[in-house]
Amino acid sequence: MDALVDLTNAVILLLNFVIVPSLAYGSQLALGALGITLIYGILRFANFAHGDTMAFGTMITILMTWWLQSKGISFGFLPTALLALPVGIFATIIMLIFTDKVVYKHYRRRKDPSVTLMIASIGVMFMMNGIIRFVIGPNEQRFADGERFILKARAFKEWSGLNEGLTIKTSQALTVVIAIMFVVGVFWFLQKTRSGKAMRAYSDNEDLALLSGVNPEKVVLITWIIVATLATVAGTLYGLDKSFKPFTYLSMLLPMFAAAIVGGVGNPIGAIVGGYVIAFSEVTLTYAYKKVFVYLLPSSLEPDGLLQLLSTDYKHAVSFIILVLVLLFKPTGILKGKIL
Amino acid sequence: MSSNQKTTLWFLLVALLLVTIGFAQSWSVSLGIMNLCLISAIMALGVNIQWGYAGLINVGVMGFSALGGISAVLISQKPVTAAWQAGWGNLLLAAVFSTITITIVVLCYRKLAASRQRNILMTVVTIAGLFLARYFFDPAVVSIESVDSAKTGYLGGANLPILVSWVIGGFVAGGIAWLVGKVALGLRADYLAIATLGISEIILAVLKNEDWLTRGVKNVTGLPRPVPYEINLQSSDWFINLMQWWHSNNLIELTVLEKQTALKQFVIEGSSIFVKLCYTGLFATVLIIILFLSVKALNSPWGRMMRAIRDNEVAASAMGKDVTARHLQVFILGSAIIGVAGAMLITLDGQFTPTSFRPIRYTFLIWVMVIVGGSGNNMGAVLGSFLIWIAWIEAEPLGVWLMEFGTSGMDQNNWLKLHLIENAQHMRLFFMGFVLLLVMRFSPGGILPEVIRKR
Repeated sequence: MDALVDLTNAVILLLNFVIVPSLAYGSQLALGALGITLIYGILRFANFAHGDTMAFGTMITILMTWWLQSKGISFGFLPTALLALPVGIFATIIMLIFTDKVVYKHYRRRKDPSVTLMIASIGVMFMMNGIIRFVIGPNEQRFADGERFILKARAFKEWSGLNEGLTIKTSQALTVVIAIMFVVGVFWFLQKTRSGKAMRAYSDNEDLALLSGVNPEKVVLITWIIVATLATVAGTLYGLDKSFKPFTYLSMLLPMFAAAIVGGVGNPIGAIVGGYVIAFSEVTLTYAYKKVFVYLLPSSLEPDGLLQLLSTDYKHAVSFIILVLVLLFKPTGILKGKIL
Repeated sequence: MSSNQKTTLWFLLVALLLVTIGFAQSWSVSLGIMNLCLISAIMALGVNIQWGYAGLINVGVMGFSALGGISAVLISQKPVTAAWQAGWGNLLLAAVFSTITITIVVLCYRKLAASRQRNILMTVVTIAGLFLARYFFDPAVVSIESVDSAKTGYLGGANLPILVSWVIGGFVAGGIAWLVGKVALGLRADYLAIATLGISEIILAVLKNEDWLTRGVKNVTGLPRPVPYEINLQSSDWFINLMQWWHSNNLIELTVLEKQTALKQFVIEGSSIFVKLCYTGLFATVLIIILFLSVKALNSPWGRMMRAIRDNEVAASAMGKDVTARHLQVFILGSAIIGVAGAMLITLDGQFTPTSFRPIRYTFLIWVMVIVGGSGNNMGAVLGSFLIWIAWIEAEPLGVWLMEFGTSGMDQNNWLKLHLIENAQHMRLFFMGFVLLLVMRFSPGGILPEVIRKR
């Protein structure tokens, strides 16, 4: 019986510190990576401005949330930001379509190499970053409200009688649920609708799609709309879960690229898989397993080290290392994608 | 207008800008901007050699300049003998075991046929090696970091003149570039960009967290200078005499008492300018040497071969050029130059703070300089760094001034006015992106495009 309790304690410990946080972080990465992969698949360039697109959408959502809060409107136990989300998405769509018209369209029409578009996206990144810091400032902003926890550690301990507690934040649960909703929506769109099929055809073989009467500008437009939606949702969920800081969103860019490439660039399912792979490796490789083994092993075999593969400081570096390794050894990614 | 005249005119404009700043703000500010322009120009030359000559995208400028920076620390600081004594044995064992592990893994990868067994073997060896190395490494780190951790807590350096690090920094950055290039240069353009960006973040993560080697985020301050200190200048007779002679026209009509106070003021101002001028001289020398060599290389058969490889890899390799080897060569050269600039930057700052290395400032801004100035044209890259760095620094006071001017009709405490003035400095990012996109759109070759001599 004791062995069973110990085992449960160990499982709860892992759930609390590894699985739940990775699931939430993985969902945020997956949404971001899906955007990067779609841009790569349709517009055929690596978009360095994606992190700032997320920050822009989140910023509009935050401003709207503050306005709603000042009017005394709230969303019950859910964060008010969810009510403000549509406004953020709409503003980001306008923003991305605008940048496409004034920046990317020119190079696309001239059939410039993808490197040119990538460098142009660095310019867009600078401009968006400037706007964001100008409007909301470079500091950390918190905008989460409503009920913070679905399950609190102490309540769980009392209910189960275990040593270890389990905490689930509302933002974590929301992240997973909303991410699933949007991913299902995007896949339904890509598989079932006429426009979605046109997008897939265009991504697969541009010339053939054009011959079949696919309107490239419409495909590009729809892509930007989907990307804006996903980016805003991912950014807002990340902001709710942690906090909003423009610089953090810039440094999310690499883990998202890592997720997209690990899963296979241009492959939407790959982006989702990649997001979770990156998130789980970041957390599992830097978690100290000592406590888990204290539960699992008899006390005579108790480990004296922390049993940590890498120090927590290297959390982000893990995703870069995976990125570099995948680029070198399996550039098509886990699920077969394109080679950039 | 020939391209030479155009170049001259643009550089005259730069000189005019710096002189204007000198008169409008102060000569100290102007020289400070000039010094960073010179360092940025060297970084831009490094990027230009990679991107402009050979078409290789290196978005890891930050990492290579940080490597140059850490070399400046490790060359110039005194060794911490106690830390060496405490940790050298374990450190050596850890190094030996890591080397053995890496050798075995590389041998497995090279000699065994690709199979699942090989991959499993490689994974097992890696994990076993990691644990074995960590078994010796962790205590070594603890013992080194516990040696007077408030002041040192790291191994210290080689206690050599800091100028030596400018060369060593180049070698360190070049060496790491060899490793990176060996594995990453086979990638296509976009992938190479993302990979180098990732690698530069990994380099920074290591520099931030390996306190035993770099002191990490505790920073290393008070690096020795290659030039005199202001405080010493202010008390040396020759310098006071120099200032007296320089300002003799201003001093002549004053009474004795006034003369003394005025002279003291001149000496204080003069010492800061003198120190900056010394740096300017050093940096300009390095820039001129590197620029001269770059121009020579570009106009040599080697440079034409590079451009041929850039413009058509397939044709170049059909002509018998070893594309992979040349790519690796140019990647190492460019990164080494960036490393030199990184060491110079840390020498100028007098301290190494890994957290100050941010990709926007150290990678993307350098790229803006190269693209705006003119990729493939060395003078263009130098011009771009001067213009962009001046704009980057001056955008802040200019932006604040513009906002104050624009909101002058508003009430003193209007929240919008306060917000606009407070955040005006961030508009420089916006401005940089705007300039980059404008140049890319309307003058894709940059301000001074590449010159191709027809024969």
